[in-house]
Amino acid sequence: MNAATVPWIILFTPLVAAAVILFFGRYSKPFSAGLAIGATLLCGILSWWLFTQPDATEPNQFFWINLPDIFSVPIGVTVDHLSKVMLVVVNTIAPLVFIYSLGYMKHEEGYWRYFAGLSLFLFSMLGIVLADNFLMMFIFWELVGLSSYILVGHYYPKDSAADASKQAFLVNRIGDFGFMLGILMLWLATGTAVFSQLFTSETLALLQSNGLYLTIACVLIFCGTVGKSAQLPLHVWLPNSMEGPTPVSALLHAATMVAAGVYMLARFFPVLEHVPAARDVIAWVGGITCLVAALMATQQDDIKRILAYSTISQLGYMVLGVGVAESWDVPMFHLFTHAFFKCLLFLCAGSVIVGMHHEQNIWKMGALKNKMPFTFLCTIAGTLALTGFGFHGIGFSGFYSKDTIIMWAVVKAPVLGWIAAVTAGLTAFYMFRLLIVVFLSVPRSEEAKKAQESPLVMVVPLLLLAIPAVIGGWPFIEHIFFHTTEPENVPSIVHYALLAMFLGGAGLAWVLYRRAAKDPVSIPLFANRLYIDNLYTWIVKVFQDGVAWLAGWSDRWIVDLFVAQVPSKLTWACGYVLRFLQLGNIQAYAFFFGAGVVGLIYLLIAR
Amino acid sequence: MSPLLCLILLPVAGAILAMAGFPARKMAITAAALNLLACVAILASFQGDKTGYQFLSSCPVLPSLGISFTLGADGLSLVMLLLSTVVTLAAVTVARAPQTNAPWFYASLLFISAGAIGAFASVDAFFFYMFHELALIPTFLLIGIWGSGDRQTAAWKITIYLAFGSFVLLIGLIGLYLAMPVGARSFDMRAMAEHAKLGTLFAHDTVHSFSIFGFEYLSITHAQIIYLLLFLGFGVLVSLFPFHTWAPQAYASAPAPAAMLHAGVLKKFGLYGIMRLVTPIFPPHVAAPFNTLLLVLLLGNILYVGFVTISQRKLDLMLGYSSVMHMGYIFLGILSWNALGLTGAAFMLVAHGLSIAALFALSGELRERTGTLDFSEMGGLAKAMPTFGLLFGFAAMAAIGLPGFANFAGELMVFFGAFSAGVRSSPGFNAFQIATVIGLWGVVISAVYMLRAYRRIFMGPLVDRWKSLADIAPLPKLCVAGLILLLLVVGFYPQLLLHLISPALIRP
Repeated sequence: MNAATVPWIILFTPLVAAAVILFFGRYSKPFSAGLAIGATLLCGILSWWLFTQPDATEPNQFFWINLPDIFSVPIGVTVDHLSKVMLVVVNTIAPLVFIYSLGYMKHEEGYWRYFAGLSLFLFSMLGIVLADNFLMMFIFWELVGLSSYILVGHYYPKDSAADASKQAFLVNRIGDFGFMLGILMLWLATGTAVFSQLFTSETLALLQSNGLYLTIACVLIFCGTVGKSAQLPLHVWLPNSMEGPTPVSALLHAATMVAAGVYMLARFFPVLEHVPAARDVIAWVGGITCLVAALMATQQDDIKRILAYSTISQLGYMVLGVGVAESWDVPMFHLFTHAFFKCLLFLCAGSVIVGMHHEQNIWKMGALKNKMPFTFLCTIAGTLALTGFGFHGIGFSGFYSKDTIIMWAVVKAPVLGWIAAVTAGLTAFYMFRLLIVVFLSVPRSEEAKKAQESPLVMVVPLLLLAIPAVIGGWPFIEHIFFHTTEPENVPSIVHYALLAMFLGGAGLAWVLYRRAAKDPVSIPLFANRLYIDNLYTWIVKVFQDGVAWLAGWSDRWIVDLFVAQVPSKLTWACGYVLRFLQLGNIQAYAFFFGAGVVGLIYLLIAR
Repeated sequence: MSPLLCLILLPVAGAILAMAGFPARKMAITAAALNLLACVAILASFQGDKTGYQFLSSCPVLPSLGISFTLGADGLSLVMLLLSTVVTLAAVTVARAPQTNAPWFYASLLFISAGAIGAFASVDAFFFYMFHELALIPTFLLIGIWGSGDRQTAAWKITIYLAFGSFVLLIGLIGLYLAMPVGARSFDMRAMAEHAKLGTLFAHDTVHSFSIFGFEYLSITHAQIIYLLLFLGFGVLVSLFPFHTWAPQAYASAPAPAAMLHAGVLKKFGLYGIMRLVTPIFPPHVAAPFNTLLLVLLLGNILYVGFVTISQRKLDLMLGYSSVMHMGYIFLGILSWNALGLTGAAFMLVAHGLSIAALFALSGELRERTGTLDFSEMGGLAKAMPTFGLLFGFAAMAAIGLPGFANFAGELMVFFGAFSAGVRSSPGFNAFQIATVIGLWGVVISAVYMLRAYRRIFMGPLVDRWKSLADIAPLPKLCVAGLILLLLVVGFYPQLLLHLISPALIRP
């Protein structure tokens, strides 16, 4: 075993597990689960081992497509600091979620389907992390979309789940359309899609010779992030994908898959940092997403949907970080801490949902703190981490990572910086709303009165995740993984403003929701997600289906008419007319013959 | 006897035995299976490091006209032969014996197969053309006699339409023949390519000008007319927009195995023909003036037909239209006129053939069970027949070009080929690049209709009347799973086919 083969083992172990489960999983539940968990544990151990090894850049040895001198798609792995960190994040969280699933999915149908889907997801995700070129990354990018489709549609007999899985796939395909175009443009300009060749100074100089072209290419590549990381305006699929089982939401739609978009930008950062115009676009998309999603989160009633909007908002921070920070360490640091605390929050939500017998409306819950003490404690840890509680350099993990992004934004793009700071207040508001309504106040239904703590197999992963959620951002840990820098000349007022934001948001939630039986605040605009979903439904219905209907109609009544019906009817009509010449009378034929001969002679003579 | 002749005669022998009263189904399956084995044996003895045709055998038929019955295979034809034999085996195996004239039914299927194999194994353009014409007769019979719905209309429509396309094609072929220098004329494709290389083809190219009132509205050379005739003739056979309306109707009415054979194999004749008789022979400057026109037509396939596909409410029509739509990508690859695009197009021939065969097989099985393919009557079928749903999911994902399946590799090469095609224009995009950008949106469109269909048929609550549907039987399951397995193998390792295809497409 050496550092050259280990990445391949990490990559393909989950695929083998998925294939075996696909064929044999239906015969035994423990076998499916055992195989999947075994595979992910192996990946986890190897990832940590690999993290201790030096970087290794192997030359490409395998080709998926190889047409010499024309086109080739190598399959190779990049083992550098970025991918090693991401491997550790993915393969640390995945085993915990897999184990948690044992408890969560215990009584569900399609056990083998679920674990095969999770293993396939892990394979695809690791492929994105390890890819050493854009095309390989794109392959796994699409496969991640497929596994998301399978897992969100786990409860496919439910209409809502079936629609959500379809939407998730389609919206991602729209993003991938742009992503592919971006790759095509880069390839056309440089003749390569391999990262190490793209990042050489000659290639960079070549690219920079046509500034507008490069900017467009970068923005198109960013479209892939917009789809996968659910940025505005392609964010709609993520909240709907909460129809999937909760552990899936935790692993795919919070911790890892949706972060792939940010990871891709970090991978592409060596080019991106020289394209300020594209980074401005990225920063603005991220900043607006982070604010708008937080506004929407404040009015949701479904516990998972609140967290889903929160995820979009946090991804917005990361994308903003890519746009403003001077290195990829800053957004990746937030990705790192977010992965742990958001996964923790989702698993807590899952624990609450199981305890409440699959009730997800927070207004049916209440006073769960005594019934589910461990879940309660873990949720507090997760909430404080997410809201970035802390001051003067001491706080929960999110405090370090998020505040770094905000400071960069304040320095580089003050408007966005203050948007991000306000969003921090909103974050505190909606998270404390959730915490207070679900765990404090009064029970609002019979289920809430009878709720019970979840089994150990679910609680232990929660407690394990709570540790990095609290300490994951502390400087001594940060320095193992990242080398973030803070900008100079940060106005000191930012620190106080952020603390004030936190206290204001949390305090407002406390005042409003401490005793509320139902939501005292009603802002339909936010509750209905700014009506963006309605707008899209309308566009699909009117434009896409309208155009489709028109095309179908014209194909039947215009194209077919002119290309097939009219010629056929004309032929038929000619035959019909000519039929009258068939008189069956020998004298008539003789007459026509004679007339013809006369006519010919006339023509010949007349000339 | 030449091994390729064996490949043609085996299905014919099977058909004759079936009609002679031997058990038809057994005969058909045996012949198809033997043929697949024979094809694999030929593939194994193929020498990949040599260029040009192998297994050549020639028998002069009309030496005065330069027609001879010449068989031969290079990497590209071998790949097509493999596709034909694989799909034939799958088609005759999933075919259910009809109530009437079962021997003739199986014999017709085998005759289509023999015709397609004959066309792909021919080196002589005359026989290449003739074999395809012969295969149209059993297609007509299969749709007209054993079809469903308005089968008579559909059968007449496809036959007349394709006969018309073939007629245009024939004129083009004769024109190409006449363009060769007197005394050296031949229908041998090798000779045609040789003449093109030496510059003796179109040596006396003349310009035809058409004018009204002294205003010249069209100026076209002889070579360009032949190019157009060939491209459009082949185009009609491959349902190039706007000559596509025969396809969906015919596939919807045809019995499933006939649809598999026609959409999967026989239709590829036209595209294969362009790769044999147009791209290696015509110099790019002849083709260039029509690029914009043809790009618009193929975008009609991708976008317009794509939207038509979205509007369909029945699975069989939807699959028929989707197959028309995917032809657009293959045309895009061919039209890009470079090695990458052509290789991608050839690759897609195989990928699309396998995936559409799997889809038609499944939709036929579904119709056997439910008697309808209307989306509005379906719902939640994956609950009643999970394996069926799983297989359909695989085939659908293959069809929309998901990585891991062969279709993705083909589409990728087509897009990269087309994006780098044409003359670079700085700073803007040239027509090929614009067409690629627009065509790429087709990837979204195909996902829309496929996932919608899957959603409506297999997901959602199970409709009461379908509660007791039987899951797919072992034999059809084996066939479809086999097709999917091939798609996956080729999709995971495209080099398997590429090292066969790519040397055959390099311009001499």
